[in-house]
Amino acid sequence: MSKRTLNSKGNILLKNGRIYDPFLLINEKSDLLISDGFIEEIKKDIKIKKDFDVIDCEGKIITNGFVDIHAHFREPGFEFKETLETGSTAAIHGGYTRVCTMPNTNPVIDTPELVKFIIDSSIDLPIYIHPIGAITKGQKGLELAEIGQMIQAGAVAISDDGLPLTNSQLMRYALEYSKKFGIPVINHAEDCCLVNQGTMHEGDVSLNLGLVGNPDISESTMIYRDLAIADYVGGSLHIPHVSSSKSLDVIKFFKEKGVNVSVEVTPHHLALTDKALQSYDTNAKVAPPIRSDIDRESIQNAVCSGLINCIATDHAPHSIVDKERDFNNASCGMIGLESAFGVTNKVLKDKKTVESIIDLFTINPCKIINIEPNLIMEKKLAELNIIDPNIKWEFKPSSIKSKSSNSPFVGEKLIGKVMMTINKGFCINNF
Amino acid sequence: MEINLHKNKSILLNKEQISNLILRLSHEIIESQKNIDSIAVVGIRTRGEIIAKRIIQNIYENYKKKIDLGILDVTFYRDDFSENLGSPKVGPSDIPFNVNNKNIILIDDVLYTGRTVRAAMDELFAFGRPDSIKLGVLVDRGHRELPIRADFIGKNFPTSDNEHVHVLVSEIDGEDKVNLVKY
Amino acid sequence: MKKIESKHLLGLEKISKKDIETIIDVGFTFREVLERPIKKVPVLNGKNIVNLFFENSTRTKISFELAEKRLSADVTNFSASSSSVQKGETLKDTIQNIHVMKMDCVVMRHPVPGSCLQLTNYVDVPIVNAGDGTHEHPTQALLDMMSIKERFGKIEGLNIGIVGDILHSRVALSNIYGLIKMGANVKVCAPPHLLQRGIEKLGVSVCYDVDDLIDWADAINVLRIQRERMGIGLIPSTREYRTFFGITNERLARHKKELVIMHPGPINRGVEIDSEVADSDQAIILDQVLNGVAVRMSVLYLLLGSKDFE
Ligand SMILES: [Zn+2]
Repeated sequence: MSKRTLNSKGNILLKNGRIYDPFLLINEKSDLLISDGFIEEIKKDIKIKKDFDVIDCEGKIITNGFVDIHAHFREPGFEFKETLETGSTAAIHGGYTRVCTMPNTNPVIDTPELVKFIIDSSIDLPIYIHPIGAITKGQKGLELAEIGQMIQAGAVAISDDGLPLTNSQLMRYALEYSKKFGIPVINHAEDCCLVNQGTMHEGDVSLNLGLVGNPDISESTMIYRDLAIADYVGGSLHIPHVSSSKSLDVIKFFKEKGVNVSVEVTPHHLALTDKALQSYDTNAKVAPPIRSDIDRESIQNAVCSGLINCIATDHAPHSIVDKERDFNNASCGMIGLESAFGVTNKVLKDKKTVESIIDLFTINPCKIINIEPNLIMEKKLAELNIIDPNIKWEFKPSSIKSKSSNSPFVGEKLIGKVMMTINKGFCINNF
Repeated sequence: MEINLHKNKSILLNKEQISNLILRLSHEIIESQKNIDSIAVVGIRTRGEIIAKRIIQNIYENYKKKIDLGILDVTFYRDDFSENLGSPKVGPSDIPFNVNNKNIILIDDVLYTGRTVRAAMDELFAFGRPDSIKLGVLVDRGHRELPIRADFIGKNFPTSDNEHVHVLVSEIDGEDKVNLVKY
Repeated sequence: MKKIESKHLLGLEKISKKDIETIIDVGFTFREVLERPIKKVPVLNGKNIVNLFFENSTRTKISFELAEKRLSADVTNFSASSSSVQKGETLKDTIQNIHVMKMDCVVMRHPVPGSCLQLTNYVDVPIVNAGDGTHEHPTQALLDMMSIKERFGKIEGLNIGIVGDILHSRVALSNIYGLIKMGANVKVCAPPHLLQRGIEKLGVSVCYDVDDLIDWADAINVLRIQRERMGIGLIPSTREYRTFFGITNERLARHKKELVIMHPGPINRGVEIDSEVADSDQAIILDQVLNGVAVRMSVLYLLLGSKDFE
């Protein structure tokens, strides 16, 4: 695995690949020539020239860079867990060219100046960072933050993620006010009282482990509240990291009513069940928790039916000190950017076409936050992935680029991998 | 499992010989003590316990005296505890009389290194302070590793290192016999 | 040559029935040792055992310490308040500090479920769980089962009731795992909100009426009502609890049956159980205390005696 900028050496010729760009509705075999970071030519049988690296893309798919609408990069404030730079490096190694960062840093991203700080800090990084601003000042859940000015400064959504917005009236204000700016409101949907300090899904496994359970209704009741408000006042609601079958029933009901709602799921909620916690593995401790077999099955079905719109990683790096604790005091969350495609594709490859799996990482999240990447067209700055959907590989701890390595997928065999990512003149080669 | 390892086995004592030796031991024990009432016989689990019971029966039949019987399980007092777990069956010791001021006759089947007897004496002191302790064994096969000797010996059989003396009793093994086994 | 299969005693959920039987049987042998004038045997001479208590527990700690001393082990006590654990030092830090002192066995009480299992990742000596939060308290259940066996001569086929705050009780969970494994029938009785959701899946039956439990049971284990559960709305008052779930004199008198009463202690007299009941012949609460030392001696003897650790 080597990382270098395209600009230093120059030019790459991608031979024999299939180009899939859902934004342009392109899906065909073609060669693609990149010069100085820009797409120079797209056509069949481009002749091999000197000074070009030639990559054989036979059996691979050339597609848009991935977009993650839910990640925690920890900077400012928790740089020992992750920084904008290490987070970006992890992202591009997982095929992500654009990442929306959650505002629960220290200080909380709740002003246009802080939004601008994130964007300015990312100019030289290999990915584009789209900050998400806080709904309330300091994420304290008491008064609205400067939402409008944050949007002007480049924020793409608002959220108090990390914490739920418990005050229902504030949730109403947020949904109403956001209508003026056309951005989604993202609420981490958990009723804290029903969570009852639960550290894992309430079910058979929590019964055996003696751990306090966090029931699925803590999520579904909060989602019901949010959707009922959105139904009443309008606005655009985005539901992050859905975890339970009951929540999906609620969402289906309101979606059919015509409420403007979008839904994301994480690769871990798609792939794991609470059995992953049977030996008290704190790396599988997340909020909301991974749940039962039935919940996982419902989530997989909902991704297939389109009820769930996209995959988002909820990339949540934590240091060893945060995770190597007793189960109650260990932090919640896992890293996800580098394993997201391999995990998701492994779960869905027999249920969905590879193109529709790719859509979950590209066009679908873009629609939610209203952004468009650099498309796969001549003269555009290259922002693309070369994907091998069938390769089996092991997610090795030594390969992790994130500053943290808290993931239960470490050591697991995954299927499907981003072999090369080209973005902003950077090229990551995983061939 | 042990049987398969035996290359050679010979009978040292038969039923009648064993019976005669235990009877002689019983007489010697009584004759050695001035005050018969102070005697108590303590057998070391498991075959020492059987021999002790037979001695008490002999004394009852010949002297019309009921002698106190005690049983010791020395597992917890062995010095080779962590190296040699021995029989996985640990049983309680049973000393149903006051040990203080008693003349204790400790009984085991075979006297070998002396370590079991050392453990038994240590354990006895957990129950009190006897006036004296004497040792009686059916067979003394030599190879002592501690300064211990028996006061009453049924039979001396000098053995080599690769030989073992196996005492069989009808209560446990279905027959009375003493075998010499070569490895 | 191993006497039990288990390397640690983390709980009764995963341990085999055979191991439980061995621990109880050897426990009875140690009961005899405890009745000798000198109640000490040299089996663990030279072994170092550390008692790592992250939570206050006078009784369990004394019982373990007594068991260790009667086995002639060298005992080191390490107590830390659970708040200091929350403040930063990880379990790993704590245990590595202790591990350099070359311990042969760790007995740990911790407020958080699973901590003992986590500990096995950091040290390679036998770990004995002396209670991990609301998860398990295996030695308590073993002593309860030993006391049942002492009284009834068996465990299999008996009807054993457990009454109290099942939800927050590690004693209940370990008892359920152990008793079911040993072939007893187990019924739990509690205010419905103090029962784990889906507890029937552990193989127990459930009732909300303590009179039904008394009718059914050969013995009942009366759990202590934790005073800290009151005041957060879980138990409205001690008198209300006593009215519906207390093992009172009048209640037992009404039933006119032989019923063995157990209690893990310390007792809240007049709340979960009446004084007269606790002091009556049908209560075996003091036998439980004695069996607690014996069964802990048995556990330590069987875990540390194995050659695999030499
Ligand atoms: Zn969240």
